Amino acid sequence: MTQQMTETKPSHSEMPYVRIDHVTKRFGSFEAVNQVSLDIEKGEIFCLLGGSGCGKTTLLRMLAGFEEPTEGAIYIDGVDVTSVPPYERPVNMMFQSYALFPHMTVAQNVAFGLRQDGVSKSDALLKVREMLAMVQLEGYESRKPHQLSGGQRQRVALARALVKRPKLLLLDEPLGALDKKLRERTQFELVNLQEKLGVTFVIVTHDQEEAMTLASRLGVMQSGKILQVGSPTDIYEFPNSRYVADFIGSVNLFDGQLTVDEPDHCLIHCEALGLEVHIDHGVSSAPDALVTVALRPEKIRLSREQPAQVENCVQGWVTGVAYLGDSTRFLIQLDNGTQVQVTRPNIDRHDEHLAADERVWAFWEGNSPVVVAR
Amino acid sequence: MRTGQSRFVRFMLVAGFAFLYLPIISMIIYSFNASRLVTVWDAAHSPTLAWYVELFSNDEILEAAQLSFRVAAISATGAVMLATLAAFALVRYRRFRARALFGLLVTAPMVLPEVITGLSLLLLFVALTQWIGWPAGRGATTITIAHVTFCLAYAVVVIQARLATVDRSLEEAAMDLGARPWKVFWVITLPLILPAIASAWMLSFILSWDDIVITSFVSGPGSTTLPQLVFSKVRLGVSPDINALATLLVGVVSVCVAIAGTVMMRTERRRARDAQIAMGAH
Amino acid sequence: MWNAIQAIRRRLTTQVGRKAVIGIPYGWLLIFFLVPFLIVLKISFSNVVLAMPPVEPILTWGRDQVLQIRVNLSNYTFVFGDRLYVAAFVNSLRVAAVSTLLALLIGYPMAYGIARAQGAWRNILFLLVSLPFFTSFLLRVYAWIGLLGRGGPVNAILMHLGLIQEPIQLLQTDFAVYLGMVYSYLPFMVLPLYSAIEKLDLTLLEAAADLGCRPSKAFFAVTLPLTREGILAGCLLVFIPAVGEYVIPALLGGPDTLMIGRVVWDEFFANRDWPVASALAIVLLLILSVFVLLLQKVQAGEEEPS
Repeated sequence: MTQQMTETKPSHSEMPYVRIDHVTKRFGSFEAVNQVSLDIEKGEIFCLLGGSGCGKTTLLRMLAGFEEPTEGAIYIDGVDVTSVPPYERPVNMMFQSYALFPHMTVAQNVAFGLRQDGVSKSDALLKVREMLAMVQLEGYESRKPHQLSGGQRQRVALARALVKRPKLLLLDEPLGALDKKLRERTQFELVNLQEKLGVTFVIVTHDQEEAMTLASRLGVMQSGKILQVGSPTDIYEFPNSRYVADFIGSVNLFDGQLTVDEPDHCLIHCEALGLEVHIDHGVSSAPDALVTVALRPEKIRLSREQPAQVENCVQGWVTGVAYLGDSTRFLIQLDNGTQVQVTRPNIDRHDEHLAADERVWAFWEGNSPVVVAR
Repeated sequence: MRTGQSRFVRFMLVAGFAFLYLPIISMIIYSFNASRLVTVWDAAHSPTLAWYVELFSNDEILEAAQLSFRVAAISATGAVMLATLAAFALVRYRRFRARALFGLLVTAPMVLPEVITGLSLLLLFVALTQWIGWPAGRGATTITIAHVTFCLAYAVVVIQARLATVDRSLEEAAMDLGARPWKVFWVITLPLILPAIASAWMLSFILSWDDIVITSFVSGPGSTTLPQLVFSKVRLGVSPDINALATLLVGVVSVCVAIAGTVMMRTERRRARDAQIAMGAH
Repeated sequence: MWNAIQAIRRRLTTQVGRKAVIGIPYGWLLIFFLVPFLIVLKISFSNVVLAMPPVEPILTWGRDQVLQIRVNLSNYTFVFGDRLYVAAFVNSLRVAAVSTLLALLIGYPMAYGIARAQGAWRNILFLLVSLPFFTSFLLRVYAWIGLLGRGGPVNAILMHLGLIQEPIQLLQTDFAVYLGMVYSYLPFMVLPLYSAIEKLDLTLLEAAADLGCRPSKAFFAVTLPLTREGILAGCLLVFIPAVGEYVIPALLGGPDTLMIGRVVWDEFFANRDWPVASALAIVLLLILSVFVLLLQKVQAGEEEPS
């Protein structure tokens, strides 16, 4: 690659592979990205997750060089690339629409980037062959993009972006245009390819399932800010805010007030549940703080008989049953009117299922709920 | 709703197309008429190619046709080049100073009466000659400039429409893969808008080739285009060699349109086939 | 440091490229389109003199090196005071309006028929409507001279049918002008109407029928209102050029067919009265700009996603 940035030496060795340093992007008066700082390590798959308009695509486009940050800086491999144009960055992108050049063959598409760097035709062809083999598209060299299926186009786009061996590969909704079955298969292929090539991936998606399966770490974005960064498990099990808890998976949210906060347990008074929720750890928060209890539906159990435990136990009527195949979703209405969602796995085919209008007990472990700020 | 057309609509279609085409057909028929009196069919000596022979031996007409062809070709090329830039500015650079004025200037010649465009351009050329001594006289150069100006509007509309449908991410992808902006234009954008550029060129050529009013204002002695010649001839009445000329022009245009139509249908069929290949490719 | 220099150089080249892309066509239009207008405007305020150019300058250096501006409104008062010019404007608007209405009455059923034609027929008919646009305008107008002449086919047919006893004067009449206008501008009416009708969702008509609306009533209740913008666009596309038309009245109209395009032409070429021609052009432009703005509004409305 003919990048000028080899001129400057990485200034400090402790710098992470990619550093986004207090980056803000404004379009007129609209703040698309607001003071975002983020470090990405070499060889990881980092997912930016968020709803539409949260700024994730703008952040990705700043990494690619299509937008210049209004404030802040971006470093890749220790080099400040903040105002380096896209054609001089060691970064390639796989577009959401794939953006395959319709007037070029598959081989010409994949070779395009190499040819821009002055790689000779024969060398480029060898690399193109190698790359196409890696994405299982041998023999498709002379096809035009419109002669390919959606899945094949996706793999051509991937091959085209990877053939230059970029330091960073950006993927904008990489699986968004594929149908569900193909998407599940492609997810694993993508991860395998990444492990084989060792290229750092940054993926933007609005699909939390895609983010959870692909990412080694993910960042949840909302209104131009990153709310939480962590492993998929961290984010799912220990969301740090109401928004994150609600965005990732389904969750029951109950507002409450902290009444007891000891190092080994705490109690939260929830009006909606009509009880003091008992939690196995302290939250070291201000006394009487207003908090929200987040409780995942699959962590709640149901029983017709009163359970042995006294804490974290409520009674209500089954008002809705939705059979989903691998699991069943129940809607429980408590006596004070509060609705609680519960998901139970369908382990035993001959299980005696709960039906609508039955009276049930719903209960959970003390370590199941998560306390987040209101 | 889909079952056929009402009798009234069908009648209007037939009558409307008859209205559009009968005059043209009558011109074609009379071009083979031996009689000098256009309206009298001389059955004894017709059909004849006499008027075609006369047409091709008339130096005045041949010269005018040559001038018209040259002006049309140069104007179309110039208009398309300027229009490509203008369309690019309008589609890709969303915000720049005086964009509103630019948009207005680009499209205004389309809706302006030709007498006004012609008059204003002539006054400009007169004033320019006074101020800087150029253009020295009026002729092919001034006609070409005038034609570029009014063809530009039509060409911009055609190219702009196409450019707006070109996915921006294609250009970004090329840039992302290392192509500089100028190169992106040549290897990505230009090939993608080439069909529109070709139609804009053809449209401009025809507009220029056919123009009479603007040309009359800005042409000078010694430079007479084909429409000017035709106009001065038909003002005096019907002239059979003009029938022959009209027949030739209609023939050329029909052939061009037929070719364009066939090419379009063939590409469409190929697309359908490709889509099938893609479907079976999983 | 090196990076900074590179960044500046790059920014400069992109700036230059961008400026050229905008500047070249912009410059062309300023010089060959806007400036000419200003000159027309200027000349419309000056006096006729016997010279080349036959106008008096309105900007002159006075004796004391003072720039004198002599604005002369007499051309405008002359234009509005003269019955002939006012009549020409009124007549142009009337001819254009009547022609537009006739074109609409003929064009709408045609466009409807084309839009509702089956498969390949639709493409062929569409091509046939646009084809005249590509053949010479002048020659198509000329064709009518042959047809409408005293010994021409139209008179012959009318006599054959016994409708008239002897050839009648068809050429050089207002009738011929209307005919030429409708004939020449019909494609401009049909094409926007076609695209409006073609876009119309057929299930709307099915829904109307399902709700008990007869086809003829459904046309007025559903089709016509939903193609209103196509109708407006088509009418303006015919009306605007028809107002300033020169060739059709010159070839088909009689000596008393007063149309403003022809009057401007004659003032300029025959009378060599540049200031009055300019003033007429400015007035015509002002009248037309109302309709052009209307057209732009219609077209902007079409682009908006519904």
